[in-house]
Amino acid sequence: MIELRAINRSYSVGGQPVRALDNIDLDIDAGAYLSIMGPSGSGKSTLLNILGLLDRPSSGHYRLDGHDVTALSDLEQAQVRNQRIGFVFQMFHLIPRLTAAENVALPLLLAGVAPGRREPLVAKALQELDMGDRAHHKPEQLSGGQRQRVAIARATVTEPELLLADEPTGNLDHHSGQEVIRILESLNSRGITLIMVTHDPEMGRRASRRIKLVDGRLADPDVAT
Amino acid sequence: MRAGDLLRLTSSSLVAHRLRTLLTILGISVGIASVVLLTSIGEGVHRFVVTEFSQFGTNLVGINPGKATTAGTSIGVFGTARPLTLDDAEALKKLPFARAVVPMVTGNAEVEADNRRRRTTIYGVGPQMPEAFRMELQLGRFLPADEPSAPRAFAVLGSKLRRELFGERSPLGERITIAGSRYRVLGVMASKGTILGFDLDDTVYLPTARAMALFNTQSLFEIDLLYAEHTSVEKVVAAIRQLLESRHGRDDVTITTQQQMLDVLSSVLDVLTFSVAAIGGISLLVGAIGIVTIMTIAVNERTNEIGLLRALGARRSQVLGLFLGEAVVLAMSGGLLGLALGVGVAQLLHLLLAALPVRISLLYILLAESVALLIGLLAGVLPARRAAQLDPVAALRAE
Ligand SMILES: Nc1ncnc2c1ncn2[C@@H]1O[C@H](COP(=O)(O)OP(=O)(O)OP(=O)(O)O)[C@@H](O)[C@H]1O
Ligand SMILES: [Mg+2]
Repeated sequence: MIELRAINRSYSVGGQPVRALDNIDLDIDAGAYLSIMGPSGSGKSTLLNILGLLDRPSSGHYRLDGHDVTALSDLEQAQVRNQRIGFVFQMFHLIPRLTAAENVALPLLLAGVAPGRREPLVAKALQELDMGDRAHHKPEQLSGGQRQRVAIARATVTEPELLLADEPTGNLDHHSGQEVIRILESLNSRGITLIMVTHDPEMGRRASRRIKLVDGRLADPDVAT
Repeated sequence: MRAGDLLRLTSSSLVAHRLRTLLTILGISVGIASVVLLTSIGEGVHRFVVTEFSQFGTNLVGINPGKATTAGTSIGVFGTARPLTLDDAEALKKLPFARAVVPMVTGNAEVEADNRRRRTTIYGVGPQMPEAFRMELQLGRFLPADEPSAPRAFAVLGSKLRRELFGERSPLGERITIAGSRYRVLGVMASKGTILGFDLDDTVYLPTARAMALFNTQSLFEIDLLYAEHTSVEKVVAAIRQLLESRHGRDDVTITTQQQMLDVLSSVLDVLTFSVAAIGGISLLVGAIGIVTIMTIAVNERTNEIGLLRALGARRSQVLGLFLGEAVVLAMSGGLLGLALGVGVAQLLHLLLAALPVRISLLYILLAESVALLIGLLAGVLPARRAAQLDPVAALRAE
């Protein structure tokens, strides 16, 4: 499903080039459950952003379902993000003035889906995350775990093939974190490809496939750093 | 994205910041209100002046001796041009389209009656003046059609002068004295009020030849000619010019049509209205800066949100549209509120000062709203562009 070939991403900081990703080759099958681990600053988020078409590599090729998506225009990439990729963030990124249901509806709204067709999809997405009774609550009225569940509902309401999660439990207590991981895993067991960045080795080990980044390069995940 | 959704999304953020939304709207509305109010007053004054001016009829032509100089004044009375005479006026009467011809001189003199004296404006006019200027008599009759060069010593009074000299007593048949000559009062004109500061009722009308003798002038100041309806002004002017040229041996008169005078007056008043509108425009500019400020703050505050929307698949153009939409909603609401304010205050002014004519012009209202829309777009475009250009990754990471 995903093929990364010789992906580089460098930033220039004060004239000095910083290599956030250094020659990454990676293949990920559809339906995989992949965890990305590594020390802080090793390039995990950078890799995830490139996979999510939020960022472009400095060089290299990214094929998604056989199509070279690095060559797509901004507009086409936005469309791919909208239809085929879901994001879950550490900071939830819910819009505070909108209710849970309105937040979940955002991707559909951006795609121009009519309100009548939107409502059942939003209700279903919230229902599946046990948030049906909180549809009209604002984010501030929800706990951290509940907020992340709303965010996951938003990521899945368009039924994407790829779910990208950047430290989804980073802002949660252990219990809520466990629950969020279970939810993501159940989504994966229904066929969605799940790629998750995590700092927690215990959570990382639950993935069927693990990779580790060190200084922007792929490293052996079983060697401690 | 659907228009309804766009509107709901933009209003949600405006509603979330009620106070500053209200203040920004107020800023724009003050600008719009002042434009509406000032132009309403300008338009009102315009209408008022033009109606006052055209009450004498619009198919009037004024003929003055001398060619108008570039400064716009006629040099005839003092210059070398041939005088305009009563015979010229008689000749003009024979033109086929001439309905009424009024040879005219004016000046000031003291009028005396019953030991009461009053300094007033004297008009030397012909017997056809009421017809030419659409003036009515209140009492008696107007000056008779005597031999133009030797008319009898009759006078007709303006209504105010009549009150000043005779009170409620009928002045008909009474004698008045002007510069030693005695005149018998034949009639009193109906009140005309004041036009542009001239009191048209504080006057005496004398036969032209007598007034010329009184002011010791050989030339008329003006001949006014009322032409038949449905005659083209150009033909009238050409015929008059040809006639006088053959009589004087050269073209030495200035002919002014009522329409020309109205046009000049109108254009002056238009400039006035426009300048007043421009002053209102300055307060609009201040309101616009308020929108730029608030939208810049909004983009900064909502950087994360912009990043999120991009991650969810929003195109740059959609982000642009959202923020531009907010600015436009702000400006247009300000426009509507300002319109209500402006119209309200204009009506109130009209109630308090009935004399101050207020006219709300639809054109300026539409203009005010389009200007509000334009301001919204212009004020919103920079912040909105900045929002659209943000790098999604950086926007998501912003604190
Ligand atoms: N906008 C940027 N400009 C310059 N350097 C950047 C920028 N973004 C990331 N980097 C650098 O790229 C490298 C990788 O950053 P990245 O955010 O991918 O790390 P990470 O593995 O996600 O770290 P963490 O676990 O702390 O989130 C870091 O050295 C960082 O300083
Ligand atoms: Mg990171």
